This record gives sequence, C-alpha cells and structure tokens, in this order.
Amino acid sequence: MKDLVMLYVLFFKMGSVCFGGGYAMLPILERELVTKRNWCTKEELLDYYAIGQCTPGVIAVNTSTFIGHKLKGIPGGIIATLGFVSPSMIIITILATILEYVTDIPVVTYAFSGIRICVCILVLSAVINLWKSAVTSKIGIGIFIVVFLLSAVWEISPIIIVISAGIFGYVFRTVSDKRKEKESK
Amino acid sequence: MIYLTLFYEFFKIGLFAVGGGLATLPFLQDLSTIHPDWFSISQLMDMVAVSESTPGPLGINMSTYVGFTTAGIPGGIVATMGLVAPSIIVIIIIASIFNKFKDSPVVEKIFYGIRPASIGLIAAAGFLLMKEALLDISSFKESGAVLDLFNIKSIIFAVIIYIALVKFNKHPIFYIAAAAVVGIIVKF
Repeated sequence: MKDLVMLYVLFFKMGSVCFGGGYAMLPILERELVTKRNWCTKEELLDYYAIGQCTPGVIAVNTSTFIGHKLKGIPGGIIATLGFVSPSMIIITILATILEYVTDIPVVTYAFSGIRICVCILVLSAVINLWKSAVTSKIGIGIFIVVFLLSAVWEISPIIIVISAGIFGYVFRTVSDKRKEKESK
Repeated sequence: MIYLTLFYEFFKIGLFAVGGGLATLPFLQDLSTIHPDWFSISQLMDMVAVSESTPGPLGINMSTYVGFTTAGIPGGIVATMGLVAPSIIVIIIIASIFNKFKDSPVVEKIFYGIRPASIGLIAAAGFLLMKEALLDISSFKESGAVLDLFNIKSIIFAVIIYIALVKFNKHPIFYIAAAAVVGIIVKF
C-alpha cells in the first residue's frame, strides 16, 4: 500500500513538470527512475517508450502503465497512470473554469484570435517533423496522401482509416516479403 | 446519459489514436462533427493552445478540456478515464507477452501502414484548422472575389510564426504567448 502511494506521488510529480508530454517526458523519466532510483534500466525505459509509441493511446500514459506494471503489477500500472494524469486534470479544469468566465472580454477574444493562428502553425510543424521521421518510403508517401484526402476532403472517420491502414500495411508487407523470397530463390 | 457517451467516445479515441501528442486531434475534430452541441472547431483550437501551454500529455489535457466543456468537472474526469482505459488494458496485456510483442513481424507490418496514416490524419486536422483560421469563406461567398477568400493579415502572421519556429526552436508556450500579444494588438 505504501509503495503504491509512493508510486502515485512520484508519477504525479513527473506529470506536473512534464510539458508537452510524449518526447518531453523521456529525460524526466530517465532522471527519476533510472538515475535517482534505479527502478529500471535505460534500455528497458527506451523499450517501453518504443512500445508506447506503437500501441494505441497517449505515449506518456502507455509508458507510465508499463513502468508501474513492472514495479507493482496491475495495480501499479493503474496507479502510475492515474498519478501521471492527475496534475493535467486539475490544471486544465481550473484553467477551463477561468477561461469560461473571461472569453467574452474583448482582450481575451483578440488574444485567442492570434493564438489560433499560432496553433495552426504548431500543428503544421509537428506534421513536418513527424513526416521526416516516419514517412520514409514511396508507399509511405502514398498512404499519407490517400489518408489526407480521405480525411480532409471526404471526412471519413479516423477509426476506419486507422483500421484500413493497418490491414493494408499487413497485406502489403506480407505480399512483398513473399515476392522477395521467390526472387531470391 | 452524457457521461456514458463521453466515456465511450473517448475510449474509442484511446483505442485508435496511435502515436501520442497530436494524434488525438483528428479524432476530436471528428467528435465535434458527430456531437456539434459538445464543442466547436474554434473552441477546439483554444483547447489545443491551452493544452500545449500547460504541463502534462497533450492528449490528456485535451480530453479533460473537452470533457469539462461538455459536461463539467465529472465530464473532464470521465473523458480522461475513457482515454486512458484502453492504454492500461492494452499495455498490461502486452507487458505479459513483452518479448513476443517486441519482435513480432505481424505488429511491424501493421504499423508499416498505420504510421504514415496517423501523420496523414494529423495533417488533415491541421488543414481544417487552417481553413478555419486563415481563410474567410463567408466573405468570399458574398463577394466572389478571390482576394476576399484569404485572410491576408492572418496568413502573413502565420508565415512569420513559422519562420520564428524553425529559426529559434523554442517551446510552443513562447510562440503561443507571443501570438496572444500580437492578437491583442492586431485584432485578427
């Protein structure tokens, strides 16, 4: 029980200093879990992180669940995640409550008119960075374009798109691997 | 029962949004078209800005915000719990078959397709946000003049932010704060 409380407190602490989630959390996790406490190795942490990236859900949550599960089993996984998301929930609830009262003030409206433009650019630059790291083949570019059109022009549900892309990836790679095998024979 | 619907919708997002960060954005955009009474696209943009400027994972911040806007404090809690529930379930299952999963060719093949798709989804979400913030479709329809379609002031500002972003590579919060100040002065 005491261990679970400690786990909650530690992940609460990390959740409250981790700006931007995802990539920003890795150095913080490394300092708290590997360097300070020796609860896992750096390699384990990177493995968890890599799996967190290719499993559904928020990367930071996936990594927290993994580490909590390793340390204290299923309750550990749940407690670590709850600890990590608690500060977010508290901070956002407070800010959202305040913003609800001030959004009609002209200064705030104008401020957000500038902020919205900035948000577009932040999304754009995130897409460019992701593109550089993950769209590496001609097929990848093709998938990107088709998905973009399906989503932006025809407004197909993202869930259907993700499922179809997964099926396509599996079928395409299975077929192309078989072809390569034949060629090498 | 709004809380059940919220939990169900966010459970689905948690299950299908792969890649963290902005991966939840296209799903939230889709959500605002399914439930137009919950929140609007321009509210969603404000939520992205607040979520980028506060600590914690972007997906969690946005879920709490959307849930709160839709159904108050319990809504925020329910939406976030819905989002993390599939993660917790999936990771706990994977943790027990960890080594098999890590090197599984099936998983590798599936993600060969999903990775570029998830970026395509975020790009489409970004495109819709830009349409909302940088184009003035209503005055274009009124006058029919192509020049009226583009919100010139906003586009110039967008280009400036992009150049600053590439050049200085600072945390998003700096650009959001600066954009707020510029917004107050220029009144977009």
